[in-house]
Amino acid sequence: MSGDTIFREYRISDAERSDRSAGDRLRHRQKVRESIRENIADIIAEESIIGKNKDRVIKVPLRGIKEYRFVFGDNAPGASQGDGDSRPGQVVGKTGKDGQGKGDEHAGDRPGVDYYETDVTLEELIEIMFEDLELPNLERRALREIQSDYSSRRKGYRKVGIRIRLDKRRTAKQRVMRMLASDKRLNAANRALEESKADREADAETDVQGALDEIALEEGTLDQESLDTSPGVAAFQRVRRRFPFHQDDLRYKHVEIDTKEESNAAVICIMDTSGSMDTMKKYLARSFFFLLYQFISTRYRNVEIVFIAHHTEASEVTEEEFFHKGESGGTFISSGYAKALEIIAERYHPSLWNLYAFHCSDGDNFDSDNPAALKDAEQLAEICNLFGYGEIKPLGSRYYESSMLNVFRRIQAPNFHTVLIERKEDIWPSFKAFLAKDRVKEA
Amino acid sequence: MSATPHADTARNIKVWTLDDLVEWDRKIRDKADEFGLSYYPQEFELCDHTGMLGYMAYSGMPSHYPHWSYGKSYEKLKTLYDHGVSGLPYEMVINSNPAIAYLMRDNSLLLHILTIAHVYGHNDFFKNNFTFRSATRAELTIESFKAAAMRVRRYVEDPSIGVEKVERILDAAHALSWQCRRNFAIKKLSPLEQMTRAEDTAQGQPDPFQKIHARKTIEVPDFHKVPLEPDEDLLLFIRDHNPFLADFEKDLLTIVDEEAKYFISMMETKIMNEGWASYWHKKILESLDLDQGLHLEFIVNHNQVTRPIPGQINPYHLGLKIWEDIYRRFTTPTKEEIKRDGPPAKSGMEKIFEVREVERDASFLRRYLTEDLMREMDIFEYEARGEELVVSKVADDEGWKEVKATLIKNVGTNSIPVLKVEDADFGQNRTLYVKHDHDGRDLHIEYAEKSLNYLQRLWGREVVLETVLDGKRSLLCCNDRGFSVRALK
Repeated sequence: MSGDTIFREYRISDAERSDRSAGDRLRHRQKVRESIRENIADIIAEESIIGKNKDRVIKVPLRGIKEYRFVFGDNAPGASQGDGDSRPGQVVGKTGKDGQGKGDEHAGDRPGVDYYETDVTLEELIEIMFEDLELPNLERRALREIQSDYSSRRKGYRKVGIRIRLDKRRTAKQRVMRMLASDKRLNAANRALEESKADREADAETDVQGALDEIALEEGTLDQESLDTSPGVAAFQRVRRRFPFHQDDLRYKHVEIDTKEESNAAVICIMDTSGSMDTMKKYLARSFFFLLYQFISTRYRNVEIVFIAHHTEASEVTEEEFFHKGESGGTFISSGYAKALEIIAERYHPSLWNLYAFHCSDGDNFDSDNPAALKDAEQLAEICNLFGYGEIKPLGSRYYESSMLNVFRRIQAPNFHTVLIERKEDIWPSFKAFLAKDRVKEA
Repeated sequence: MSATPHADTARNIKVWTLDDLVEWDRKIRDKADEFGLSYYPQEFELCDHTGMLGYMAYSGMPSHYPHWSYGKSYEKLKTLYDHGVSGLPYEMVINSNPAIAYLMRDNSLLLHILTIAHVYGHNDFFKNNFTFRSATRAELTIESFKAAAMRVRRYVEDPSIGVEKVERILDAAHALSWQCRRNFAIKKLSPLEQMTRAEDTAQGQPDPFQKIHARKTIEVPDFHKVPLEPDEDLLLFIRDHNPFLADFEKDLLTIVDEEAKYFISMMETKIMNEGWASYWHKKILESLDLDQGLHLEFIVNHNQVTRPIPGQINPYHLGLKIWEDIYRRFTTPTKEEIKRDGPPAKSGMEKIFEVREVERDASFLRRYLTEDLMREMDIFEYEARGEELVVSKVADDEGWKEVKATLIKNVGTNSIPVLKVEDADFGQNRTLYVKHDHDGRDLHIEYAEKSLNYLQRLWGREVVLETVLDGKRSLLCCNDRGFSVRALK
């Protein structure tokens, strides 16, 4: 045959170069993220994620990145090989998504060989969820920043700086670069460079010292006499062609100072635990509180959470009690608000804390309490960054129960917002609306 | 590209040098030449597992255009590999001149010898089989993939285009890329030739007794119809008939179409090709006088690769069986076979070389997969019943022909629905009318909907697809208002 076979030996450099899929992998991961974000409302609506710990892994369906083609459906029979004893009627596999028992698999000629789920941790999911949400009223937070941490780190090099940060190695390099660039007789320069390269590198430190002394001389901080005796200059002058350092050669290490601000936020969850709040309503409320707490946590360093349960009286409770304790009796919404105001006055002074209060109820308040509730709500809106009221009315119940939405319509405060939640699919959109409406007003 | 699956045994001891490989390659080539294989010059590249995963994700191409789906494929392969679900192939060969093959550096000497022999089998097949000869130009493979990669990268980097616009087209084009011609040995007529043919057909045969016959009325064919004859090349049709596509979009369609055509040949000859390479690695290694240790290792690995896998069709097994059977029937036929087929007209060797040149999987199975072989291999047909896949027919006296027909329907491009553009101006509305050649198998409706969306994206106007669903002629429509299914009379 013509030509000899060529063998190319394995080389590490080739192996490194062959990581060419890096860009495509990155793009794929971006698409996965996008896909998750698009489906977030569905994921939130799934019961399982609310109230779970952050390391929990969630299976998320990926719709955007499945690769579709025209393929045959279920009524297409296949053929395959048996173990030598196949009989009609024998079960050989399942019509599952793993394509088990099917014939040879060509690229995508059967549905289901494509995976369309991915695992993400709850933490990642929360991060993705809140990526494009902004916290309203951030300018108020600025007042409350307390500098908590201070650190410095190196960041790049500058042409100006204080002497102590001079980077001698880089400065010497700059000089060599300038020398090469400026010399018209390149060959001569090369020769000179060759000859002096060895000692120059070895003596870079003293070399730079010589140049610095020269600069100092020009600046007048050093006299000629002491210059002549400087060991740096002696080394400097060994170089045959004199090429002094220039101000432009000097490179300084640049240091940046990082400050971190302490920021405090308190999330005050107020929930109606009267007899009319059933499990479904509580679940919806809980989902909303969960989102609120997670979101606030991503924006502040120190977040505290307060649970206030109320019927006709209000009390501060633990999370467990908050979601699981059933009460009976009527509802005085104002009692919950009064309790919140009391706790704020006691522990979370508005000048130090960013306050986020949210109240969930089915709106079944005693009419006589409405004026008081309205007054307290106005007061809460005044001191909180954001105050919201969510009315939970599972579908259908809306028409025969009274509603607080009409009452609260009278509150003018821009940071007060009401939402109506009828089913789990509403949670995410109303949460977004809760945060977004305020932003529109600001703008 | 062709890849041999990995055996389960892990051998990481490197007891060979490159010189050993060169030496064995020379011996193998001497044998291959002796047997009459005719192959392109061969190049081998040793790579590690990351390199191999990379090549697998990009179909073995040294350079390939970027697209997120390859990142996805890489991640998937890597996950499977890392979790030990699937191993890596011993080798990978691409159809180019010179042919390029990748060898896993962690493999043992015997595996390399086996692989090199196997690669020459593929190489010979690439060079001689008609599907490759008619569809691809091996000397341009590497260069054209590289040129395409550079063009796509340029579009991605172009600030007026960017990755989003490129992906918009590539995503859609990938979904439709197999909707192209399958047999490139059949010439595609140009519009002008189609017109001439339509004209000839309309005129009919010249009538020697014209004078005594009543004058025939000639129905003038509609020459304004686009396309004149149904067109299978969806991407190319859109490229040529959607005036609103930008130049880079047309170019992307061309690139995807060309790549698909390159792989159609692979798809069409999977069983033959793997069988052929296995046949020759066996034959070559058996003639090499391996020492006992190597020989045992060879037998273990050969059996591993070419074993039957119940519940699947292993192309290595099926292919090898048929090749050996053809050789046997033309060398030492049984009495019944002579009685049935007559004495062989050619030697077994002549016959298999002829077959490797002129067949593809579908015709190969149809002509050479005998009833006896089907029984021996226990090939059966299965269908979905509820949640389960159930054996519906086995290779007995009554069923073997049908089982065989089903098998043939599932090899190569037969497993891809045939779609043809019938009319580019349906309803005088620039609606694209596509027809599915229904052969008893319905389309997967969810996949059809999504793919039709892609088709609409590329066509820019409404697209409709005529098909049969549950025995009823139906029209799947996809337009700005969404997707709908309409029953046709």
